[in-house]
This record gives sequence, structure tokens and C-alpha cells, in this order.
Amino acid sequence: MSESYSLYNQTVMDHFLNPRNLGDIKDADGVGEVGAAACGDIMKISLKIEDGRIKDARFKTFGCGSAIASSSMATELIKGRTIEEAMNFSNREVINALGGLPPVKIHCSVLAEEALKAALEDYLKKHPDKARAVQAASSTPPAPASPA
Amino acid sequence: MRHVYLDHQASTPVLPEVFEAMRPYFTEAFGNPSSLHQHGLRARDALAAARRQIAAFIGAESPEEIYFTSDGQESANLAIKGVAYANQRKGNHLVVSATEHPSVLQSVEFLEKQGFTCTRVKVDGQGLVNPADVAAALTDQTILVAVHHANHDIGAIQPIAEIARLTNAAGVPFYVDADASAGWLPINVREMGASLLSFSPHRFYGPKGVGVLYRHKRARLVSILHGGMQEGGRRAGVENVPAIVGAGVAAEIAARELPSRMAHTARLQRRLWEGIRQRVPCVRLNGPDLGPLRLPNNLNLSAEFIEGEGQLLLCDMNGIAVASGSSCVSKSLKISHVLEAIGLDHALAQGNLILTLGRDNTEEEMDYVVETYATKVVARLRAMSPMWDDYERGVIDSVIAPRGREQASSVLPSRASGPAS
Repeated sequence: MSESYSLYNQTVMDHFLNPRNLGDIKDADGVGEVGAAACGDIMKISLKIEDGRIKDARFKTFGCGSAIASSSMATELIKGRTIEEAMNFSNREVINALGGLPPVKIHCSVLAEEALKAALEDYLKKHPDKARAVQAASSTPPAPASPA
Repeated sequence: MRHVYLDHQASTPVLPEVFEAMRPYFTEAFGNPSSLHQHGLRARDALAAARRQIAAFIGAESPEEIYFTSDGQESANLAIKGVAYANQRKGNHLVVSATEHPSVLQSVEFLEKQGFTCTRVKVDGQGLVNPADVAAALTDQTILVAVHHANHDIGAIQPIAEIARLTNAAGVPFYVDADASAGWLPINVREMGASLLSFSPHRFYGPKGVGVLYRHKRARLVSILHGGMQEGGRRAGVENVPAIVGAGVAAEIAARELPSRMAHTARLQRRLWEGIRQRVPCVRLNGPDLGPLRLPNNLNLSAEFIEGEGQLLLCDMNGIAVASGSSCVSKSLKISHVLEAIGLDHALAQGNLILTLGRDNTEEEMDYVVETYATKVVARLRAMSPMWDDYERGVIDSVIAPRGREQASSVLPSRASGPAS
């Protein structure tokens, strides 16, 4: 075969084949793991948080190509955001940044959002003072962050 | 990049001899077989020759017992619905195995909405039907029993002759879906005791767009497609003459080459499985062991801690074409119903990979696949998997190779014996 065909678009394939931020963070400030192997996806996101901002984000994923690409993209997008901004993160951003996902794969991006929020909640549980600040700020939602 | 095609259960290339035989029927011999002039009569002759070739291929008594459809799935629809409708005054009960192809299972579901009832006979952990379970399912209302010859996912070969003895004694028609086995196992409808049997020539080097249904003359069958009187009035629609010609030639070649195809693929199957088993920790074979109970060209694996679609994609990136029964691969987002029926752990079903061999694969290709699969597929995906990490740190155990019985101690990191973090 001289031509090559692709199941996903180039951006998704790139993030699947060359995942960004793969791995774990030693002494992570927050770790979230969601999904189940029986359902076909597990995503784990680890965060390093300094001065209320996400300094570093890493992922590990058990799942299909779009699950790996979604977690790779999600970690790229959230680096540098404040906790408040990250709490408003939506799977839509992952889909848009990936240039679209097939309809049956939208849940992969949802899982990435859930893993990120689980990691943030883990952090806020350990830092009740930050949790109260986020609670107060959430009554007036901040403007959406510009992509990194 | 090199290409290794290991998805012969999905489709096969048309053999050059088959293609050459088909060629004139697209252009010069284009006639409609129902026409009464020279053009029509020539096409009609070609259909008759193909019918004889197919009848000889499966040991049918007469070419008149052969019906051409558009695909093996259409043949399955015709067999199930056509027999059910033809016999609905006699009864309304069908018996099928739990691991039939969706074309059988969904035809049955369609009939259930119309008042028919169905017993789905379970299979064992290897995917085999117990004939005693079929016997127990028969009632005085049973009008059809359907059990496939070999399974399309896990290659399990069913005890067809034994089941046929039961159905014949009960006077119930017996339909055998031979889609996965035709061209890869010997088929003789009389020895098997099948009243109906179907297959797709594109799975053994014939063209797509043609399916076969064998029907013993005593099995009643009504058409589910209405219109012209093609195929003895049992399948309306102008015949796909070039494809039918190709089907006949592919069947003739398959009959001739069958012993060598079986021996060749069985040898490669063993080399591939032994290689993977030695190189990849925590991997299992689903379905019967290699040997008389398994198709010679099928391997169905589960690699633990990783998912099937990712494996498929990375194989494809390395030129290796395979299939998977994981839910991420299916459009319905469900794991293969066959893996579910054999009771496979759902996480292992998600790590499923299906490799089906063909006549043109080589030993050297198997070695390439083993090496690539171990290093560029499994190792890479496991490096991304939080489960593999947990396994290495001793947080979770392997279902396939629990630590107490682990053979390859090299896969155990030294930390594993220490406390889980």
C-alpha cells in the first residue's frame, strides 16, 4: 500500500503516537484516577501545584487511541492554569484542541475532564484553605482561560 | 514499511485465477441470466457451472441445493427467517448457540418481536456447545436449530455431527453457519448432517458481494426478498454473475489446496502463539488450545493491563493488520459477545486481539509480528498504563499469571515483594 489511511485525524494520531506529559509526578500535589478496566478506560492524572497554579501535569492511561490522545491533550491544556480556571475545564476544550473526535469517542474526553477534576479535588482535600477560596470564587465564575 | 496481513477472517485478496475467471463477466458476458437470448444464456451457463463447483466443494447431492445471495450474512438471514416463516404453522421455537454470529442472533431477535421464541444454548469456557444442552432445549414447537461450524472470534470448532444426530432424530432442520470455517476446514454437508449451511467466498480468496446458502431439498424455506424468480424463487434480485463465477473458482481452488492451507496455517499459528507467549508476560489464549478443536488459522489473545484498540492501532502503524473484540473497537461500545459468553474477565476482554492467518503468510512474518508485538505494541502501551504500573509495584495482581504461579520471574520487579506504596 502506497497511501496511508488513518482511523483518527492527524492531531489525535500524533498525541496517541507521541503522547505529551506521559508518566507520574513524584510527590504530586493531587492525583486523580477514574474509569474501570472492565469498561475499557482508566485515566490517571497527577498534578504539581505551586502558588495556586498547575505547574506540571502528567498522565497514565489504559484505553484506546482516543483515550490516550485525550489525556495527553488535557494535560497540555491545563498546565499553567490557576486552580479556579482548571475547575472550569471542560471536555469540549479537549475535543476542540484535538480537532474533533468520532461521536462514539466523546466519552474519552469526558474521562479526561473527570480525571483532572478528581486530581484537583484530591489537592483541595489536602488544602482546605484553597478549597474555601475556590468555593468563594466559583460563585463568580472567572473568564475562560486562553489556550496555552 | 513492510505489511503483514493477519485479518483473513475479515476478508482475503481475490486470487489471480479467480479474478481472471470473473473478468469477462463484467464486460463482454454481461447478460442477465434471466434473459432468453445468447447473452442471457451464456450468463446462465456460468451460474450453473459455479453451482456445480460449490456443490462439489461442500459435498452437496445436487447443484440445485445451492443458492447464491449477496453475502454470508444475507445467507444467515435467509436461513433463519426463511425456515422460521416456512414452518410457523408447525411451531414457533428456535434453538441457537450463544456465540452465533450477529447475523444469526439478530435475525432471531427480529423473529422474537413477531412472536417466535428462542433458546440460546450456552457454551463452555472454551466456547464449545454441549450437544446435551441442545437436546435439552428441543421442544415439540422447535422448528430450527442453528449452531455455527467454527467460531468467528475464537475459532472453536463445534460438535456439528453430534448435534445433527439429535436434530435429525427429532425431525428438526439444522442450520450450520460455516462462514468462519469454509476454506479452512473440510466441509461435507452430508457427513455433517446439515439441512442448511452458509458461507462467504470472500473469506477464502473469492470476491465480496456473493454468499452461499446450501439447503437440503427436504428443508422448507421461503424467500425473504420478493420480486423476480431468481434462485428458484427463494431470492429475488439479478444475480451477481461475476462474483458468483469467482466464488465457484475460489471454491474449486480451496478444495484442492485445503490440506496444504490447513497444515501451513497451523504451523504458523503455533509459531506465532509460542513466540508471543515466550516474549509477552501476562497474555492468554482465548478459546480452545491449538489443535483439533480450533480453526488452524485463528489466534485470539488477551494481553493484560492494556486495551485492544490501542494494540490494533500500534500494530497497524507497524504494518500489521489485526482485529480486536474490545468494546472500544465495536460501534456498539460493547465487548465481543463471544468473549462474554465464555466468561472472560471484562478487563481481559478489553485487551483482546484477533489474528487470523492465510495461505501467503510466512514463518519470517510470524517472527516479525512476535518481535514487533512484544516491543513496539505491548511494551509501549504498558508503559502508558496505570494498571501495569500498579502491577509492577505489587498493588494489583495479574489475573492471567497470579504472582504465586508466575513462571517468568524476570517480569517481576524487585519492588514487587516489598510493601505496596
